[in-house]
Amino acid sequence: MSPSPPYAPLAGALAALVLVAFVASVRIGYATIDVGGALADLLAGRTSLGALVLMELRLPRAIIGALVGFSLGLAGAAMQGLLRNPLADAGVIGVSGAAAFGAVMAFYSGLSASFGLALPTGGILGAGVAVALLYALAGRGSATMTLILAGVAISSLAGALTALALNLSPNPYAATEVMFWLMGSLADRSMTHVQFAAPLLIAGWLMILVCGPALDALSLGEDTATSLGFHMARVRLLLIVGTALAVGPAVAVTGAIGFVGLVVPHLLRPLVGGRPGRLLLVSGLGGAALVLAADIAVRVVGVRPELKLGVVTALIGAPFFLLLLWRLRREA
Amino acid sequence: MEIAAENLTVRLGGVARVDRVSLILRPGELVGLIGPNGAGKTTLFRALAGLREPDEGAVRYGGRTLADIGRRTMARRLAYLEQTSEAHWPLRADHVVGLGRLPHRRFGRAAAAGDAAAVDRALRAADACAFRERPMSALSGGERARVLLARALAVESEWLLADEPVAALDPAHQLGVMERLHEAARRGIGVVVVLHDLTLASRFCDRLVLMAGGRVIGDGAPAAVLTDSAAAAAYGVTLARAVAHGEPLVAPWRRIDPHLERNR
Repeated sequence: MSPSPPYAPLAGALAALVLVAFVASVRIGYATIDVGGALADLLAGRTSLGALVLMELRLPRAIIGALVGFSLGLAGAAMQGLLRNPLADAGVIGVSGAAAFGAVMAFYSGLSASFGLALPTGGILGAGVAVALLYALAGRGSATMTLILAGVAISSLAGALTALALNLSPNPYAATEVMFWLMGSLADRSMTHVQFAAPLLIAGWLMILVCGPALDALSLGEDTATSLGFHMARVRLLLIVGTALAVGPAVAVTGAIGFVGLVVPHLLRPLVGGRPGRLLLVSGLGGAALVLAADIAVRVVGVRPELKLGVVTALIGAPFFLLLLWRLRREA
Repeated sequence: MEIAAENLTVRLGGVARVDRVSLILRPGELVGLIGPNGAGKTTLFRALAGLREPDEGAVRYGGRTLADIGRRTMARRLAYLEQTSEAHWPLRADHVVGLGRLPHRRFGRAAAAGDAAAVDRALRAADACAFRERPMSALSGGERARVLLARALAVESEWLLADEPVAALDPAHQLGVMERLHEAARRGIGVVVVLHDLTLASRFCDRLVLMAGGRVIGDGAPAAVLTDSAAAAAYGVTLARAVAHGEPLVAPWRRIDPHLERNR
């Protein structure tokens, strides 16, 4: 077993990677703009085409990419630590699907038109119910199979309810719009989205990050973690609410971008010596870098209409998931 | 700090697995908790460690309850080693042992030099230094058990409750661990261990508590507790006795078949 690299340089390198991906995401786009000039215009308060593109398109897209990627990576690592299972990912186990259903309900009920935070609130509620249900069904380090089955059940239910809402939609255009939104994308989001999602996401991150030592202790089971001074009921609640806050608004803004929370913690786990507490921050950073990079890729490949980010992550993530399942099966 | 169980009853699924148990445990003693499978040893242990609230009665630590002391403070004063614990991730052995330092760590602070020294001491005490950098998944059952014991020792608490710490170990390591626990008790630490090996229990423990059917049916010096009638009542076995190098030796010898007894 190769020794894992020191933690601080690893986190630093990943943060640098996020920064590079962020800058690249801002620079790359369909319109050729002089980013430096546009930034200068923006800061000076001059209205130019470049400044407009930067403020209305590029920056929100990159910021949301980083925020959502961080949330998904972090939430994946948190769920895996809590359920003590490497296959727990918000998308795989139905949390994203439930969040999407919550957001769709907020959209259809008309609440989102009258109350700006209705969409993320719907997402949070959906995600929270799903995580709590999963914990009830598959908590306490139960077998992988139970977790996957519980996830399949929650995914199917959320999917069926979402389909029902689409089915009953009186307006076919609205239904099409929702379907495209469900595919998951960072395109055409605005600073308004950033403003309403960011505080909720960051609150969720903090709730998850403070649980790091408890997740480390939990790798020896609940009794041992309790004997090490952690109130497991509190830890569970923090992680469930934190995950709901991190996943709900993310899904409400971008739709479902799956498998980030599965792939990223899996790749980074060996680099932190398997320690679930240390996996949290680096998974968030890795998730941000991955989502930004994937979003650059969908713009660079130039397929028209633009590939939806959620479609791309699923195309890469689902085979990865199968591979992981295959390997776990062989180890068992 | 004395641990006092007062008329403790713990029910699991409606059945009293610990039934009106009163015990006083004092620091500086190596206490062996013995009894057949299903006697309620682990349930009593979890109640003593504050992991399971008793249905009746109370556990007091130096006269105070767990709620008075607080879980965090308690974690520094009492270490608990689970019977069947495993690491869920491929953690390195010394990282697992380091988890025992968590109660001493202030939030957000990295491990201090004192923590590293405590981890070293614990690894040495459990004879687990040789594989400290290997992942748990690459260790044998006995090696893993020693790492987990080191984890509990690393807390460096005034109490250690260990549920079957020697069950997975080879004879040399069984003797090694019992010697360490005995030394720890001599240093003033309160050590309570669940044991199935009556030979080790009677040889190393200062005091034995014998449980059967959720009740304490014997409590005192090994020779006073491990009588023929107690062994027959609790385990359904006879005991063989000898003197080895001037020390009394006790071993379970024959099963007493209840049907044969009745028919005779």
